[in-house]
Amino acid sequence: MLQSNSSHGSVWEVFTQKKSGQPYQHVGSLHAFDKEMALDHARDLYTRRDKPSGLWVVPASEIIAVSPGDGAPFFDPSDDKVYRHPTFYEIPEGVTNL
Amino acid sequence: MEFQKKLHEFQQYIDAEEKIEPKDWMPDDYRLHNIRQISQHAHSEVIGMQPEGNWITRAPTLRAKKILLAKIQDEGGHGLYLYSAAETLGISRDEMIEQLHAGKAKYSSVFNYPTLNWADIGAIGWLVDGAAVTNQLSLRRTSFGPYSRAMLRICNEESFHQRQGYEIMLKMVKGTPDQHEMAQDALNRWWWPALMMFGPHDNQSSRTTKGMLWKIKRASNDELRQRFIDKTAPQAEFLGLKIPDPKLCWNEASGHYDTAEINWEEFNKVINGDGPCNRERMEHHKNVHAEGAWVREAAAAYATRKEV
Ligand SMILES: [Fe+2]
Ligand SMILES: [Fe+2]
Ligand SMILES: [Fe+2]
Repeated sequence: MLQSNSSHGSVWEVFTQKKSGQPYQHVGSLHAFDKEMALDHARDLYTRRDKPSGLWVVPASEIIAVSPGDGAPFFDPSDDKVYRHPTFYEIPEGVTNL
Repeated sequence: MEFQKKLHEFQQYIDAEEKIEPKDWMPDDYRLHNIRQISQHAHSEVIGMQPEGNWITRAPTLRAKKILLAKIQDEGGHGLYLYSAAETLGISRDEMIEQLHAGKAKYSSVFNYPTLNWADIGAIGWLVDGAAVTNQLSLRRTSFGPYSRAMLRICNEESFHQRQGYEIMLKMVKGTPDQHEMAQDALNRWWWPALMMFGPHDNQSSRTTKGMLWKIKRASNDELRQRFIDKTAPQAEFLGLKIPDPKLCWNEASGHYDTAEINWEEFNKVINGDGPCNRERMEHHKNVHAEGAWVREAAAAYATRKEV
């Protein structure tokens, strides 16, 4: 599954959680030969300033991606549904907590 | 006592408002408590699609139909977020569905009442989603990270659910006398089931104590119920509708509304499987799940034959 694609090992994507409870965010990628090495490198490379509350490394080859540039109207269905937003509904003055 | 020490540290971590992540050490009870609560929450979202789904084909306008479809699709999505959050604790989707079908996992009793006419769709959005969101706003601060993040997402999406319901109620009360009466009748039938959504009184609820200690629950059943009543009573007044509680009145001294007692006999009956629609809801879920088996089998077979 994980072939090293060069003499530098394979590519891993790195995600950190800045504060306890927050979602993990992508911060960048790195090269490593196995998961322990990937974690060590991720620590050294991406957490030199602030200590995060969590760190994930994921083999880049395992990530399936789509972007708007891919042509097909992949995200189109979400464009035209204004009624999914609360501002679509008129709530008379005097009504609170809605 | 290695365990006692770990437990003590765990509690300190929670008391410091830190969130627990799936790979962190946690006591088995904490894991089980979360699995039970999150999976039952997920089941409620999914079963909750049925009473509203009953009116999709009969929505009065195309506008109303599109809104209702979008809302029900959201509820399905909420179920999926929550199943995924529960799965991070080591239970599988199949196990959760099995527990639901075996009657071992419950779902909110409110979804065992029938939707008799269009005004019920208004009342559900206004009252049932209103009660659900009162609970969910509080759960954004729950101590289990994936649950807390699912709640944030859900609360954002819920913001139109209650409004669309209230809008229906507004239209009904401004309509013909018959429509006004339908709105009042819907409120009469949904008010008490909505209050029951918050569960038994605090002194009757054995799980509350541990749930609060571990900050899985952030406010007690009675506290949340009162919060809901206090914000909903003025909304009913604005509609010119009467909440079906002869004792309901504003208490200047306490700063809250006083209310009559809930019919707990009815609550127990419905939560234990004997409400007006329990059998129908469960049977429908089982049937649809069984009818979908070939899709899961075909997808699995296809996946073995191609590079995934
Ligand atoms: Fe819901
Ligand atoms: Fe929902
Ligand atoms: Fe909702």
